[in-house]
Amino acid sequence: MITENSIQDAALAITRQAAIRIPDDYRNGIRNIRETEQNSLSCFVLDTMIDNWDIAVADQRPMCADTGLPRYYVKFGNEVSIKGGFVALERALRRATAEATQTIPLRPNRVHPLTREDFNNNVGARAPEIEYSVEPDADWLDITTVHKGGLFGTDYRMLFPGDGWDGVKKMFLDTMIQFGRRGLACQPAIVGVGVGGSKDACMVLGKQAACLRVVGDRHPDPKIAELEDELKELGNQIGMGPMGFVGNSMVVDCHIEVAHTHTGGMPVSIHSFCLSSRRAVVRINGNGDTEFRTDPQWFTPYHRREELE
Amino acid sequence: MSNFRQKIVRLQAPVSDSDLKQLEIGDVVYFDGVIYTGREGVYRKIVDEQLTPPLDLSKTSNVNFHCSPAAAVQADGSYTVGAVTATASFRFSKWMQKWFDISGCKVVIGKGGMPVEDYSQVFVPTGAVYLTTVGYGTGALLGRGIKQVLDVHWLEELGIAQAIWVLDVAEFGPFLVESDLDGNSLFEQSNRAIDENIESLYKGLKEPALRRFGETTQRTDEVI
Repeated sequence: MITENSIQDAALAITRQAAIRIPDDYRNGIRNIRETEQNSLSCFVLDTMIDNWDIAVADQRPMCADTGLPRYYVKFGNEVSIKGGFVALERALRRATAEATQTIPLRPNRVHPLTREDFNNNVGARAPEIEYSVEPDADWLDITTVHKGGLFGTDYRMLFPGDGWDGVKKMFLDTMIQFGRRGLACQPAIVGVGVGGSKDACMVLGKQAACLRVVGDRHPDPKIAELEDELKELGNQIGMGPMGFVGNSMVVDCHIEVAHTHTGGMPVSIHSFCLSSRRAVVRINGNGDTEFRTDPQWFTPYHRREELE
Repeated sequence: MSNFRQKIVRLQAPVSDSDLKQLEIGDVVYFDGVIYTGREGVYRKIVDEQLTPPLDLSKTSNVNFHCSPAAAVQADGSYTVGAVTATASFRFSKWMQKWFDISGCKVVIGKGGMPVEDYSQVFVPTGAVYLTTVGYGTGALLGRGIKQVLDVHWLEELGIAQAIWVLDVAEFGPFLVESDLDGNSLFEQSNRAIDENIESLYKGLKEPALRRFGETTQRTDEVI
């Protein structure tokens, strides 16, 4: 039986980890892109970012003061049992967010959208967001936290079957260029592309593709994997680097996720997960043991299933 | 731009006019001394509502950082500042002229620079420069440069993110000179170089079937 206290402790631990330590996959991605970057200003920026990650760990400070919007993705094993149920889980995650804000500290980013009132704890109406998915034949609970900025680097558009793959490429270029200038998107980014679903599902899917898959991961469908490579290469051919300086480092990696959609449409969303790609994961096993990692393992074969059963 | 030469400059804040003269776009700058934070919440109060600033701005410093710290107020009333990261400055464009007049500010630090006309029309006549943070996520590096929180104003009214934080800093940086006293802009220079390649990227890609109302149609335009 998993307790509310153990969830709160684990959520606090991953929130701290996400804020302070850049995931290894992203760090390695930036190291690789640094090797091929030719422009000296772009190289200076990448080197400074790597220094910043080292200092964040040495000083135990957040790597970026813009907390983004801290949120949680929960995957529960079908056999999991939580004392107090899902209400206890949600309470634990809200409490952990407030505690992390005070103790790390994190910048209290969450305000009322109209009054701009700030409770100074990153908690509020529908905040932090909690999204759920399920995995069969398991008794564990996986909690992923993601701290992603959200002002720039994202777009949604209803394309149509006739627009085809070229339409997606064009929209990808538009998004990279408009938000890449001056580095508004805080690139090089992990770019997530959601294709299909309904409008709202398309936005959610693209964001998850950016935030819940690691650098180097490829979609199991070889055709989609090829398109991921193509978009990554296209982004790095724009001629732009970090901060919008001249360079060849826009995209650390590109992840595409698809959902079956309306026969007449092809909705597309694009999301950029920034130079402080903050994500951390904990698995709480049925016996209460915890294991920490940085790969959410969100898109399991079950999660991507197409079959009826 | 591939062999851009950068010099490293260390400035005492408040900064002198002669120190600002030596700055060229692309230079790397570090600060020692006193700076303060201020963004839309502060501009609304002081510029729009014409409230009296809660501190003597020009005596305190002439360096205004567009940022909010990741800070917490402790039970004993002291402050912990972990990290500091800039926020996108172009959104504050409409306040800058009056802000300069009221505050005596000569250095704006932020994210991403201002629209290029602002430099020639507002910054150059004021004798002000714009420095950009690097990255943009160098929160830990900048957090390390904060020696002490000297004061916080309007914490109750504006919250941690929007309050005026007066900071004593040492080796605080790095920042890049985005616009110098002549109004040259590093971002504009980069944009011009990048624009040369834009048309070829779109070659062969047709317009989508359903268009959108838009405020810009040229891909060499900026959206800020």
